[in-house]
Amino acid sequence: MRRQIIHRARLVDPLSGKTTTGSLVIADGRIVQIVEAPLDAPLPANLAGLAGETVVDAGGKVLAPALIDTYARLTGPIFEQQARLEAELRGATAGGIAHLVVAPDTDPPLDEAGLVEMLLERARRAQLAQLWPLGALTVGLKGVQLAEMARLAAAGCFAFAQGDKAVRDSLALFRAMQYAASFDFPVWFTAADPDLTLPGGAHDGVIAARLGLPPIPVAAETVAVSRLIELAREAGVRLHLVHLSSRRSVELVRRAKAEGVLITASVSVLHLTMTDRDIGEFDANTHLLPPLRSSEDREALAAAVADGTIDLITSNHTTVGSDAKALPFSESAPGAAGLVTLLPLALRWGEAQGLTLAQTLAPLTSRPAQLLGRSDLGCLSVGATADLILFDPDQPWVLDETTLVGPGRNTPWWGATLTGRVVQTWRNGEVVYRDSAIKT
Amino acid sequence: MTRLQLTPDGRLHHLLTLEGLPESLLMHIFQLADSFLEVSARSVKKVPLLRGKSVFNLFFENSTRTRTTFEIAAARLSADVINLNIATSSTAKGESLLDTIDNICAMMADMLVIRHASSGAPVRIAQHLAERGLNHVHVLNAGDGRHAHPTQGLLDMYTIRHYKRDFSQLAVAVVGDVLHSRVARSEIAALTALGVPDIRVAGPKTLLPQGLDALGVTVTCDLNEALDGVDVVMMLRLQNERMHGSFISTTAEYHECWGLTPERLKRAKPDAIVMHPGPMNRGVEIASSVADGPQSVILPQVTFGIAVRMAVFTLLAGIGQGERS
Repeated sequence: MRRQIIHRARLVDPLSGKTTTGSLVIADGRIVQIVEAPLDAPLPANLAGLAGETVVDAGGKVLAPALIDTYARLTGPIFEQQARLEAELRGATAGGIAHLVVAPDTDPPLDEAGLVEMLLERARRAQLAQLWPLGALTVGLKGVQLAEMARLAAAGCFAFAQGDKAVRDSLALFRAMQYAASFDFPVWFTAADPDLTLPGGAHDGVIAARLGLPPIPVAAETVAVSRLIELAREAGVRLHLVHLSSRRSVELVRRAKAEGVLITASVSVLHLTMTDRDIGEFDANTHLLPPLRSSEDREALAAAVADGTIDLITSNHTTVGSDAKALPFSESAPGAAGLVTLLPLALRWGEAQGLTLAQTLAPLTSRPAQLLGRSDLGCLSVGATADLILFDPDQPWVLDETTLVGPGRNTPWWGATLTGRVVQTWRNGEVVYRDSAIKT
Repeated sequence: MTRLQLTPDGRLHHLLTLEGLPESLLMHIFQLADSFLEVSARSVKKVPLLRGKSVFNLFFENSTRTRTTFEIAAARLSADVINLNIATSSTAKGESLLDTIDNICAMMADMLVIRHASSGAPVRIAQHLAERGLNHVHVLNAGDGRHAHPTQGLLDMYTIRHYKRDFSQLAVAVVGDVLHSRVARSEIAALTALGVPDIRVAGPKTLLPQGLDALGVTVTCDLNEALDGVDVVMMLRLQNERMHGSFISTTAEYHECWGLTPERLKRAKPDAIVMHPGPMNRGVEIASSVADGPQSVILPQVTFGIAVRMAVFTLLAGIGQGERS
């Protein structure tokens, strides 16, 4: 049994909310021992490394469960090019993400068991982050014919979704939910009414009015949220709403939860840290779905994650090539890369909300683990899977060519100074990322 | 956009939008336009200020009228004018916007006059020129999507100045399809910058964007309310594609509710002027008797437009900048 000993760490457990200091021992892919000790205490004799064992001096940095990012799009030729897929996964582990939920709107979409198996096999081969594919709810995400959900689940899909493609036909949507409920599969939906969501648009407010961008009203989201909640309630399906963007939607979700609807929700970290004002001079990297909304919306979302109305924070990562962004705002492809900025931006949100580190990390670790039904993830306890990150929450760094890992340059935070940097990431006890710029 | 279109010492580098331009710069443009108005009245309508300069008219969206006025303005300054109708050329062959710009710059362009269907396209182009270090090339926005049409805004202000002199006492109504109008956005920006105290905007709610009131205007759906005692009425064109679908019911009803008729115009001050950026839909947003009536200044707007565009060209070329007080 080859052990890894990480000592002089600040141990942050989002599940219990506890922060201590001391050492943590990994063996056979699991956390096997946690020893509390002051940061300046020497390594306990019984933990002193044997030959062939690794001892990491954390130097007072934070050791926490690795992140579970519950929504990212894998764009580009991921089925054709192993390198492309690996580049994305390398971005994930550099961002401290060991588990990545993948939207079904890949090219081609995840509507066949064979495709899902191929994707998972390729990801396994990469030995980086673990993928959690969302299966297509309908064939080709067209919203008409139900996909083979049972077969997709057997291939590795844990829930079903439509990506950004809404099901216009309410009867088809209702039946898809009922069918998923037959197997107790959850359904995950982004909420955007397809008629009200004008392409290339921005939040219907003063910025869209000034810049002359097609306005997307808040109702584009609330109409869809209400429809999904009502149908899911009747269908008896577990509903997860992906990427809320508005204060009104928070109220709808809060009410549904109070009424006992089986509903959870997420928000992208960009919507916790940015508003439509950040569009600035038509920055195409702020062209997002859902659109960045007002500061009032941002504040309501930020408070809703803190009070648990919104369960999860995601990266909403989408790599878009420079050609597709080198266009006027409305013609550019929507989406921002977000794997390496997930942690620093979440830290920014947590600090603004006055949260502890454990509370800040919960929507990225313990809460998604619960939603995925994996009590061995997202916590720092003996017996848990050794998916871990070591990070310095106070280290400032600039996102540029020298620090970027992964393909995604299309971020509104390009060139910005971020605070909080991942030093090392483990999955199943194996080191899957180590910051080359920092000695540990 | 201020950083992009003004040099650190406040000179005009590109003209992308009127938002953020100081009043003193607008006034300077008007003074320059005054001198060019005289040139246009001569029998030999030409001055050699832009001799040897190449002005490229890049119209990614069809327009005959605006392109012609830019062409005339550049020609009267003795510039070489090259018209590219991109709507039917390179982009139709799949060339990207920025590749087209790089090619034009390789032809040693000095100024790019750009019309594009997407809001922000000239901004993107100006950013691209900065990234490439092509700081000798100037962008003149000739209308981008719904964002801005700064020379139209300038010529409208020039027209108001001609008839009303003092902006600080005026009440102005902007009427019609504000949602889709780059002209309205530039007019509102300029009226605000020039200190007009009472700016009213009227139209059906389907054609008024949210957040307009945050731009410092009074918003109403009632045209009568908008017209009461105003000095200037600026009508907006109702584009053909808005006449169907869910923006308005019928053009007849639109005319009844938001069209400028002689009866309605009586609510404005007796000496109020009526403006329209053209082309007009007679009988829709404006009655013929108003368009051709004594209060209409629609044709002078066109004449002034050439002088104003000449002024902008010379400023962008770095001529006449030093005369600012």
